[in-house]
Amino acid sequence: MITRTSKALRAPGGLSVRYQPRATGAVLLLIAVTAAVGIVLIGSGDYPISPAEVVATLMGDGTMAQEFVVQDLRLPRVLVAILVGAALALGGAVFQSISRNPLGSPDVIGFGQGSAVGALTVIVLFHGGQSAVAAGAVVGGLVTGVLIYLLAWKRGVHGFRLVLVGIGAAAMLTAVVHYLITKADLVDATRAVLWMTGSLDGRDWTQFWPLLAMCAVLVPLVLAFGRPLRMLEMGDDSAYALGVRVERVRLTLMCAAVLLVSAATAAAGPIVFVSLSAPQLARRLTRAPGPNLAASACMGAALLLAADWTASNAFGDTELPVGVVTGVVGGVYLLALLVTERKAGRI
Amino acid sequence: MLVDSPPSKQSADAGGGAVRPRGRRSARAAGLVLSLVVLLLVCVASIAVGAKPVPLADVWHGLFHYTGTGNDVLIRDLRVPRTLMGLMVGAALGLSGTVMQALTRNPLAEPGLMGVNAGASAAVVTAISFFGITSLTGYVWFALLGAAVVSVVVYVLGGSRAATPVRLALAGTAATAALFGYVNAVQLLDSVALDRLRFWIVGSLSNADLATIRQVAPFIAAGVLLALLIARPLNAMEMGDDTARALGANLTRTRLLGVVTVTLLCGAATAACGPIVFVGLMVPYLVRALTGPDLRWILPYAAVLSPVLLIGADVLGRILVRPAELQVGIVTAFVGGPVFIHLVRRKRMAQL
Repeated sequence: MITRTSKALRAPGGLSVRYQPRATGAVLLLIAVTAAVGIVLIGSGDYPISPAEVVATLMGDGTMAQEFVVQDLRLPRVLVAILVGAALALGGAVFQSISRNPLGSPDVIGFGQGSAVGALTVIVLFHGGQSAVAAGAVVGGLVTGVLIYLLAWKRGVHGFRLVLVGIGAAAMLTAVVHYLITKADLVDATRAVLWMTGSLDGRDWTQFWPLLAMCAVLVPLVLAFGRPLRMLEMGDDSAYALGVRVERVRLTLMCAAVLLVSAATAAAGPIVFVSLSAPQLARRLTRAPGPNLAASACMGAALLLAADWTASNAFGDTELPVGVVTGVVGGVYLLALLVTERKAGRI
Repeated sequence: MLVDSPPSKQSADAGGGAVRPRGRRSARAAGLVLSLVVLLLVCVASIAVGAKPVPLADVWHGLFHYTGTGNDVLIRDLRVPRTLMGLMVGAALGLSGTVMQALTRNPLAEPGLMGVNAGASAAVVTAISFFGITSLTGYVWFALLGAAVVSVVVYVLGGSRAATPVRLALAGTAATAALFGYVNAVQLLDSVALDRLRFWIVGSLSNADLATIRQVAPFIAAGVLLALLIARPLNAMEMGDDTARALGANLTRTRLLGVVTVTLLCGAATAACGPIVFVGLMVPYLVRALTGPDLRWILPYAAVLSPVLLIGADVLGRILVRPAELQVGIVTAFVGGPVFIHLVRRKRMAQL
């Protein structure tokens, strides 16, 4: 399965870069797919625009109406979707790699619930606006992350203990979420459930810029830690022997991943299963060992865009929130994953 | 601790190699009686404590000399049904947790974490939203069906006999996540269902009435009976499949009966008062520390002590935020979560 053929590009000055042709190809392919789906998504809706016109409008040659629809309504939504998908997938890849378990992704082990508690507190108790809800989600996610890390700490954080502690915390946080929903009036309750399902409706530039700022800092950071993370997968002892500062790398990466997931959750609600499935699909596509960080991020963006297109177009007139689609598709994928992983004896 | 563990004299005896079965048995029987007394006290507290406190004399009066005073009506129509419901649901959850842990030989097996409650919830949501069923008689069957399907699916996905605690917990969590995703989606498309469900889904005893109790009682009674009957073969299975077979236990039949038991208890309990987590996890763990590993004692103890826990949590929920109340599902989650995390942090568990 695993191709070990990595190639090297050598520059005259003695600089060289090692790359894997298949993984690089997969990343490029996924970027192309993301762009294509994005253009289709911008073009579809109550005011349809053909892909060629979309490209023309993006270049600045559209009519006034097209300019307005594309620039002000649909482009920010697509860009938010790309960033959210990439951030969720990257966070998921990091957590799956750290816990050495495909199911150890943030939405299974409680960060989604933590963000939900933060956001729902703002919605139900303070009736806050959109930005306050987003702030609540980030704070909730971070606090949950710190708590789970501390509770799982026992002379280092062991992968399985992290997952199980996360599951316990998730159960408690779910109780809080349900309690908050009973405390609300029906309008707030509907808003809360809508937020919890995860939706990209009505996302505009105000969500895009903070998310872009977060990603601009965190994505390069995580990608730079790709090498030590890959060594960490071989076990703490081997990684330590190879010169990786195990606990420091793990803490840095977990902080970055929690921030990424919280930021994405703040922008679009806890969209489930993207962080679970994107790294797994990316790994199968690149067939490369290790965490496959770049490919995961691109896969997440492509997946979320495709899910968003399905949610808004596949069900006739009713536009579903994107979280419903990722939930159902992801659930089915998860069952398949459990079966194959069990057959392979990996979990 | 609610009950004294067997006196130290006996453990000294056991340490010396000479176990006196009769002495240990009478200590366990005494402990069971003591547990029953505690249960009685908790029930009285559950009748007396609430938004309107009732003096003990009035509790007695309302129970045995009903004349229709304000307190009498309160006791008959609200507090007694609620306490009875706590008794039944508590016993059901505790026993189903115990049976599940014995079947899977896994201390983390618990109906809430294994997704059985979520399965029942998803089925109930379907019944309410798509079939327009609003009465408990209608959706208790859906809850049973959902619980049955999910418990089998999770058990198989978790690796059936080769299941490790982590694998089972992950399979259960995965199923729970997927099913609650579905539940959320349905709620979103149907605000009538949302309004009805959001109170059911926290897990609460506050809507208990005699009609509901009458409807779920047969299921729970059958489940309790079945659980107590399979104690012996389950005991044998705790020693591993091969030993159990050598000892003459019928493995397939026991497994089947075990799944039926869990389904009956869990489905009925969830239909009656919503998904309540962690009771099935905590009680067997605590009881095992009192009685030792013999399921013939663990099961009766669990049947008595888990209502103590559930009703106790309910009373606590009524005291904490007076005059409003915290639903019992939230209290048990917050009592049980730390127990779960403690279990996970124990050395042996983490090194699977």
